[in-house]
Amino acid sequence: MIGISLEATAASRRPSELTQDAVIRLDHIHKTYYMGDIEVHALRGVSLGVGRGEYVAIMGPSGSGKSTMMNIVGCLDHPTRGTYYLDGRDVSQASKADLADIRNEKVGFVFQSFNLVSRTSALENVELPMVYAGVRAKERARRAAEALEIVGLSDKLRNLPNQLSGGQQQRVAIARALVNNPAIILADEPTGALDTRTSVELMEVFQKLNEERNMTIILVTHEIDISEYAKRVILFRDGRIVKDYPVTGRRNATQVLRELPEEEDEEDEAEGQK
Amino acid sequence: MRFAAILKIAFWALGRNKMRSALTMLGIIIGVGAVIALVSIGQGAQALIREQMAAMGTNVMYVWPQDVRGTGGARGASNEQGTLSDADVFAIRNEVPVIAAATPIVTSNGQLVFKNNNMRANIQGVGEEFPIVRDWNLMAGTFFTAADVESRARVLVVGPAIVAELFEGVDPIGQAVRLRNQPFEIIGVLESKGQTGVGQDQDEAVLAPYTTVQRKLLGQVLPRVNQAMLKTVDQEGAFILAERMIDVLLRERHGIPPEAEQPDFSLGNLTEIANAAEQQTVVMTLMLGSIAAIALIVGGIGIMNIMLVSVTERTREIGIRMAVGSRPGYIRLQFLAESIMMSLTGGAVGVIFGGLCSLLIGQFLQWNTWVSAMSVMISFGFAAAVGVFFGFYPAHKAAKLDPIDALRYE
Repeated sequence: MIGISLEATAASRRPSELTQDAVIRLDHIHKTYYMGDIEVHALRGVSLGVGRGEYVAIMGPSGSGKSTMMNIVGCLDHPTRGTYYLDGRDVSQASKADLADIRNEKVGFVFQSFNLVSRTSALENVELPMVYAGVRAKERARRAAEALEIVGLSDKLRNLPNQLSGGQQQRVAIARALVNNPAIILADEPTGALDTRTSVELMEVFQKLNEERNMTIILVTHEIDISEYAKRVILFRDGRIVKDYPVTGRRNATQVLRELPEEEDEEDEAEGQK
Repeated sequence: MRFAAILKIAFWALGRNKMRSALTMLGIIIGVGAVIALVSIGQGAQALIREQMAAMGTNVMYVWPQDVRGTGGARGASNEQGTLSDADVFAIRNEVPVIAAATPIVTSNGQLVFKNNNMRANIQGVGEEFPIVRDWNLMAGTFFTAADVESRARVLVVGPAIVAELFEGVDPIGQAVRLRNQPFEIIGVLESKGQTGVGQDQDEAVLAPYTTVQRKLLGQVLPRVNQAMLKTVDQEGAFILAERMIDVLLRERHGIPPEAEQPDFSLGNLTEIANAAEQQTVVMTLMLGSIAAIALIVGGIGIMNIMLVSVTERTREIGIRMAVGSRPGYIRLQFLAESIMMSLTGGAVGVIFGGLCSLLIGQFLQWNTWVSAMSVMISFGFAAAVGVFFGFYPAHKAAKLDPIDALRYE
C-alpha cells in the first residue's frame, strides 16, 4: 500500500524533470519477459529523466527491475513499450546494429566482474571501443594511454588483466568506459567484488570524473554507503520507481580515504562497510 | 571497424591457442598437400605424354601390319610374319601426295661392343628419311644416305646415352664397333630427346639402315617391316586424307576387297594415340584429385568443430565486445576471419608440403610429377572456400548471441 502511494508521488514528479537537457529520458517504459506461458513484468511503466552531469545511484532489492532498467538504459535491450531518448535520440526501436553503434558512441559500461578481455593488455582493453569506432591504431593507443592516466594506471599499460589487482582491473574497465567520451557511464555494482578501501578509491575516481569532467554517471548498487557518494538516489521495487531523492550529507571519497587507516586486515575491511 | 583490426584480432585469437590452431590447420595442410601431390602425379603423366608427342615429331602417322596395336605396338610383331613390306612403304611415299616423308621401321636387338665395353642395345632399322619424319637432328657426324640403305651398309647412328656409356669420352665418329659379331662404323650421333612414356630412353637409340637390319641382323629372306612411320604435310585434314588414300592403296596392293571389314594393316596417328592416353591421365588426375579433396573437406569439418568450441569458450568475450559497441556483423566477420586465416595458412603450408611430397615421389619412385600453377591455385582457392563455408555457421552463431546473456555466461 505504501508502495502505491510512493509510486504516485514519484509519477507526479516526473514531468517537471523531463527537461530538454536530459541525457536520458524514459517515458513509461515497460519490459515484459515471456517464460513459456508466464509473463514476467520486469518493468511496469518507468519514467525518468537524468540531466547532464548527474551522478545517480539506482538501488533496490534483487528482482526489483533495476538490472532490466540498466540493460535498457545501456541499449543492450529494447523496451517492450514506452520510449527512451538517449542524448536526444529515440533509441527504443533501434536495430541491433544501430544499438551497437549507440553503445559504442554514447555508453560506457563498468561491470561487477570487470569483464576485461583476458590475455590482452590494459592498453588494448581500453582500445577496444575505439576499434569498433574505426579509430586508427596510433590514435587508439594515444587515447587509451590518456584514459588510463586519468584512472591512475599510466604505469600499467602493458599489464595483462591477471597481473592486476581487482581495483586496478576495475580502473581499466573505467578507462575503457570513458575512452570514447560517452554521454553516460553505466556502472553495474562496480564495487561488488572489491574490498572497502578499493571501493572507496573507485568512488574517488567516479566522483572526480563527475566533478572534473562533468561525466554523467548511473550506478547500480545495493550498498547504501556506496549510494551516498552519488548526488541522487532512485529506489526500485517491483518494476517501478518507488523513491527518487537527492543525497543529503553526501560522502567525499577523498576525505573518507584520508580517514581510513592505511593498512587494514580482512576483518577491518568487513567492518568498514558500515 | 578497420580491416587491419579484424586481422589483428583474428591473429591474436589464433595465437592464444597455438597447439589447437596448428592441429586444426594440419587437416587443411594434409588436404591441400594431398591434392597437390596426387594431382601432380596425374599431371606429370599428362605432361610426359605431351612431351613425348612433341619428341616424336608432329604430323606423324603409323601403319602397322595386321592389327598388332593392342598387343604392345610394333615390337610384338617382330616374331610374326607381318604383311607389310618395304615396297608398301615406298608406294605410300610416292603415291600419296600428302605424305611428306616416310620410313620403314624394323626392330632388332643385340650386344653392342666397343673395345672392352659392351651394352645391350635395341636396334631400329630405318630409312634415310627418318630424321625428317621424327624431327630429329644430329649432334655430330652424318645420317646414312639412300645409297647406304641401298647397299645395306654396316653403319650406325646412335643416341647420346650410348656415346656416354660405351665410348666414355672418346669421339665416336668413325669408331668401329661390333654388333652381333659384325663390324659396324659409327657415322653420327643424335641429339638428346629424353625418356619416352614407356620407359624407353630415346637417347639410347641405335639406328641402322633397315635393309642392313633385315638382311644382316635378322637374316630375313622375304624382307618385312614392323611398321611404317609417315609424316604428312602440314595441312588441315592431312591425316584424314592420308588415311583414306593409304587404305585404298594398301587394299589394292594386298588384294583385299574394299568391302572387307578387316584389312591386314592398321593405321593410326600420334595425335590420336596421345589424345587417348591423355584422356586416361585426365580421368586419373580427376579421380586422384577428388579423393584428396575429401581430405580437404574433412579438414574443413575440423575447422568448423574448433570454431564452434571457440565460440562457446569465448561467449563472454563476445558479450564484452558487443557491450563496447561491436555490431553483430563485426563479430561474424571476426570469427570468419579466424577460420579463413586458418584455412589459408593451412593452404599455404599445404602447397609447400604437397610440392615437397611430389618432389619426393619424383625422386624416389622415379615418377614424373608436375605441380602446375593451376593445381596450386585451385587447391588454395578450394581451401579458402572451405574456410568460408565451414567457418560461416560458427561465426553466425557467435553473431546471433544476445549481449546480455553472453555477458552473464560462465
